[in-house]
Amino acid sequence: MEATVTTGSEEKVWSGGNEPLGASYGKMMMWFFIVSDALTFSGFLAAYGFSRYKFIETWPIADEVFTHFPFLHGVDAPMYYVAFMTFILIFSSVTMVLAVDAGHHLKKNKVIWYMFATIIGGLIFVGSQAWEWKNFIKGEYGAVELRSGRILQFLDATTGERVALADFAKPLHGERVTQHSNEGVWYESETTLSSFSVEEVVAGFEANKNIVARTEQSDEHGKKIILSREQTAERLSQATLVVEGANLVHNEYGNRLFADFFFFITGFHGFHVFSGVIINIIIFINVILGTYERRKSYEMVEKVGLYWHFVDLVWVFVFTFFYLV
Amino acid sequence: MAHAHESNTKRIWTVFGIMSVITIVEVILGIVRPEFLEGHVLGMKMLNWIFIILTLVKAYYIAWAFMHLEGEKGSFRWSIVLPLLILIPYLAFILLVEGNYIHDVYHDGFVSWDF
Repeated sequence: MEATVTTGSEEKVWSGGNEPLGASYGKMMMWFFIVSDALTFSGFLAAYGFSRYKFIETWPIADEVFTHFPFLHGVDAPMYYVAFMTFILIFSSVTMVLAVDAGHHLKKNKVIWYMFATIIGGLIFVGSQAWEWKNFIKGEYGAVELRSGRILQFLDATTGERVALADFAKPLHGERVTQHSNEGVWYESETTLSSFSVEEVVAGFEANKNIVARTEQSDEHGKKIILSREQTAERLSQATLVVEGANLVHNEYGNRLFADFFFFITGFHGFHVFSGVIINIIIFINVILGTYERRKSYEMVEKVGLYWHFVDLVWVFVFTFFYLV
Repeated sequence: MAHAHESNTKRIWTVFGIMSVITIVEVILGIVRPEFLEGHVLGMKMLNWIFIILTLVKAYYIAWAFMHLEGEKGSFRWSIVLPLLILIPYLAFILLVEGNYIHDVYHDGFVSWDF
């Protein structure tokens, strides 16, 4: 603990200006903010872990949820897209630390270009996350929610592949339309109706003999248990709702909490990336204007750099606990 | 400034190389999920242990190299890292044990899967 020793006369100690921890005020406060923010994120991730342990047998399998890659429609590509996002963020961290390094040598032009690359990387990441959210919200196959709140997903009994509702549900040409508040008697409205009604799904199930369903429940190998035709028919009689995609109340992927945690944690992280980009842009403009050149210190770049690396650090954990484990 | 202003460019690219390799290994393991790593060690799948350890290695490199903790004074470095090292495992331990307990309570007969 070498730092607790202060040397010099007493006037010097009490008149300020000494830095026992060897860090300037601004940098230290940035670190303290990061520590508290790290604890906030740990709280979220630990809560996620709590719910996951609580519902360990019914938790959705991430590899089956995040399967999209741009321009590859219908191709099952788990992991690749998040791997790409992770690389973008790590690389933007590298350019950030290179900007900090160039700042130490007062090389203004290098700082400008490295910060520019960092901002671009950050924007690509936020955009990627928006795309990921879009796919998650839109859903892919659709499912049916039972009276118990559990989800039934449909698959082909012969191939074992998932089947979208649109591929087997039987249109019944009902009269039901979305109710808007300006038309309802009691000014009540509802959310958009799903593309198919429960009756249409049941009719489609009866017409297609090779459609079976699987529950949220996993067997001991972590595979979801597939029901027989009879079991499926029995469960379907308790269906209350057709679910397509995800929101905070229903989601077609399985356990409801999964979507809630996904939105909350990646959303909170995405918001951090977004604000990081904004702060980076402000500092970037200052660098161009020569503010730090005149100050003969690029410490401000170092401070936003700390924040940016922290965002990367959090993503490393989110990546592990949402997509890998 | 606690650290000298020599150029760290080489170190930065080395760390980037290490982190890239780790991420690629993680992604490959995540896609393949080899059968022999599915076994349980200390109550968790071997594969999950590998993922978590590799994540901690990456976190170490981000904090030490990119955030330059390795160049800060020891007292400053540990006043940042120690609270996190103590509080986060503590919180995770408590919540995971509790979640597991509630799972067992549900599992042993309080929730039916028949509807």
